Amino acid sequence: MHVVIPYVVGALLFGLGVYGVLRRRNAILVLMAVELMLNAVNLIFVTADVSLRSALEGVVIEAWANPGAAAPGTGGVFTLFVIVLAAAEVGVGLAIVLQYYRMRNAVITDDVRLDAEEERIAG
Amino acid sequence: MTVSDVLLLALGALAVGSGTLVVTSKHLVRAGLYLVVSLGAIAGLYLVLGAELVAWVQVLVYVGAVVVLLLFAVMLTRAPIGPSADLDRPVFPAALIGGGVGLGLAGLFADAFHWVRYPEPEPGTAERVGEQIFGAWVLPFEVLSILLLSALVGAIVLSRPDIGARQAEPEPEPEPATEPETEDA
Repeated sequence: MHVVIPYVVGALLFGLGVYGVLRRRNAILVLMAVELMLNAVNLIFVTADVSLRSALEGVVIEAWANPGAAAPGTGGVFTLFVIVLAAAEVGVGLAIVLQYYRMRNAVITDDVRLDAEEERIAG
Repeated sequence: MTVSDVLLLALGALAVGSGTLVVTSKHLVRAGLYLVVSLGAIAGLYLVLGAELVAWVQVLVYVGAVVVLLLFAVMLTRAPIGPSADLDRPVFPAALIGGGVGLGLAGLFADAFHWVRYPEPEPGTAERVGEQIFGAWVLPFEVLSILLLSALVGAIVLSRPDIGARQAEPEPEPEPATEPETEDA
């Protein structure tokens, strides 16, 4: 298999995620674009697991290194970790978005005033 | 071109195409549904690349949970059904930076890996992933469980107005927390 295909797909998806984060004004759409970026990184992890495994074949691991850490499958493990992180991120992020919507009745990120002080929570 | 190359190309085109629709669609709900297609195509890419467990976890967690949570948020914020006019900022800087990042990284990868054939990966089993997680990566695994717990508690604290930092301030009269909306975060 030509491993450059999933690498390029991952890079393009990451670019799309960056574009979406910068372009979108709705906070939920920004979160969707962040999910695209995380998935692009996951795809690159899994692809690197394939390509680097075949490149590392026959390489003797140093004695001081943890032998488990260089075994095949590490990319998949890190992908699982990133998926868990994304789940936590989207949970807290949507809680923030919904709380903001309850206070201001809006989910437009341009209207968020970071210098607003001493405003009471309406709820 | 082998069968796996054709599959990689088709699924990659599907993922990038529906990802483009996610960031350009005028309908909020449709953007979420295109995200399902994109994440499903990425799960298919994982299958072709031999990471079977990761593919099913992707379907379970992303398509099953994260997208449903996003669609819940779309509905709870009373998003309009039809196309929305004010979703986007001006296109030029975002397209410049996003296109630059995407095409730049793609060129970098294409330059690094060329059109070299790699041997097909043997399909990964859950046993190998389990050995990895509970052998070499036990400590990050446990730290992640603590992070998930704290994210859970944080989401609950954020979405309930009657607990949290506001009560630390001296209030003249603590008004009862009347919440007309149902909250599900």
